[in-house]
Amino acid sequence: MNILRKKSKANLPFSETVIELFIRLCGISSIIFVFGIFFFVFREGAGFLFSGLNLTEFLTSVEWQPTSLNNKRYGAFALIVGTFSVTALAMCMAVPFGLGAAIFVSEFCSPKLRETFKIVIELLAAIPSVVWGFIGLTLMNQLIIQVFNAPIGLTMLNGSIMLALMSVPIIVSIAEDALKAVPDSYREAAEALGATRWQVIYRVLLPAAKNGLLAAVLLGAARSIGETMAVLMATGHSVNIPSGPLSWIRTLTATIAAELGEVARGDEHYQVLFIIGILLFTITFVVNLIADLVIKGIRQE
Amino acid sequence: MFTETPIDRRKRLTENVMRIFLLIITSIMIIPLLLIIGYLLYKALPVLSFEFLFSNPRDNMRAGGIWAPFLGTIYLVVVSLLVSAPIGVFAAVYLNEYARENWFTRITNLAVVNLAGVPSIVHALFGVGAFVLFAGLGESILAASLTLAIMTLPVIIASTTEALKAVPMSFREACWNLGATRWQTIRRIVIPNSISGILTGVILQVSRAAGETAPIMFTGAVFYKAIAEGNLFAYNITEQCMALSLHLFTISTQVPDVTEGTPHGTAVVLVGSVLLVNAAAIILRVYLRTRKKW
Repeated sequence: MNILRKKSKANLPFSETVIELFIRLCGISSIIFVFGIFFFVFREGAGFLFSGLNLTEFLTSVEWQPTSLNNKRYGAFALIVGTFSVTALAMCMAVPFGLGAAIFVSEFCSPKLRETFKIVIELLAAIPSVVWGFIGLTLMNQLIIQVFNAPIGLTMLNGSIMLALMSVPIIVSIAEDALKAVPDSYREAAEALGATRWQVIYRVLLPAAKNGLLAAVLLGAARSIGETMAVLMATGHSVNIPSGPLSWIRTLTATIAAELGEVARGDEHYQVLFIIGILLFTITFVVNLIADLVIKGIRQE
Repeated sequence: MFTETPIDRRKRLTENVMRIFLLIITSIMIIPLLLIIGYLLYKALPVLSFEFLFSNPRDNMRAGGIWAPFLGTIYLVVVSLLVSAPIGVFAAVYLNEYARENWFTRITNLAVVNLAGVPSIVHALFGVGAFVLFAGLGESILAASLTLAIMTLPVIIASTTEALKAVPMSFREACWNLGATRWQTIRRIVIPNSISGILTGVILQVSRAAGETAPIMFTGAVFYKAIAEGNLFAYNITEQCMALSLHLFTISTQVPDVTEGTPHGTAVVLVGSVLLVNAAAIILRVYLRTRKKW
């Protein structure tokens, strides 16, 4: 077998060998890019990360004063809390809707209605994040001021609603795939025992698809954590530990976007922004990895 | 006939309640889509015109049109497409036609998933570190487009893989049996039979690249730059440009006293272009499904 393969390789014309090489190179490009992203972001931030930055202060202090003249502080704790609280609140809204819609689309829908809903979800996913931010800034801002009688509507709640709308499409499509992946024999067996459609879903499908549903939620959360423009524009942009849905916050992503334009290269502040980038990369990498392992886990069963 | 016991009735009731409840939940998602489009259109109607599209911003961006950012977005999208389309399609060809089921392929797939999951602002940092500084491109259309290209690569890889998978194995086997090499099979059989699916992926890449803001903010897009109106070649790819998405951000947050409706008009053009492009992809997909030969 080995000899055969070698021989057939040798017979390939030169142009074909070149093309195959190019295809292989493109194939592993994603690996190169993922490492490249980590390398180059790390490279810009590494200097200050290993000498100068107080890592404990970075992770636990709420004092973010990078531009102060005589008392520079790089405490990102409030930003981390901001990111996770706005994501958590967004998930509280997106998960019930996302999973509910996935169940409806996959189990109750007629094929025609299913196509319509899928197109709507696809279009919802296509709206650019800066437009969501703009909606948060204008429409949702007014709405929150009127409904909650708040002085300013640019709050954590506003950002969460935008993030929820942005991550629902991901949750729906992955959760629907997970439900589709449950073999029809499970449904048939349950129906043969006299279960109604809802009983089949509740007792059979949800337990069988729970890993895929978990992965859907994780990927939705990863999307929210990494989202930049919507939270930059809609959350009030003030470094603050939130006390409730109507408080102002600032996230890790928004901080980079707002401050990178104003720092000089090589500056401590500049490097800290890249360190925040490393932190974000690590968080989303881990969440994506877990989601992938969870999905792969199902396939192996 | 069976008579309905109270348990049966409760079961039927739960079933119907859940069905209606889930229908409502699903339908609620249509509302924001319609609401947003309706709201933006309503607010933008007074400013929307051909002149709005073809004239530059005026008075420190407080008034005028969106020609410079609109053209900038087209430049960014086209250049990023030229980079990511070949790499993405060939990457999918590798994953589907060449790669075997082993740990390396698994890592490659994982890398694609993770590349899709990297936050857009981290892509921006990467673009600054790799293209603007390390490669010495400076803040330019080229640097911004390369950043966008890498960010949107997973979109093309995912839909091309899907399209290639749909080509039946027997097509390839028939071709191999005639003595064709692997590349000949791919070029003459696999790609022609999946071209519509590949195109769908390319179209979706365009829609994604056009809407992104964060990755281009520090790699090549500027707040303001005046260019010749009506000249399609007004930008040079080694220089900076304006972009529709960044322009929307700028005039809605950084510029005071903008003419009422201008940001909404910009948003309508941005959302409109993106949704039109997506609609094209959907139509292509539906057409493809009705036409399928196997």
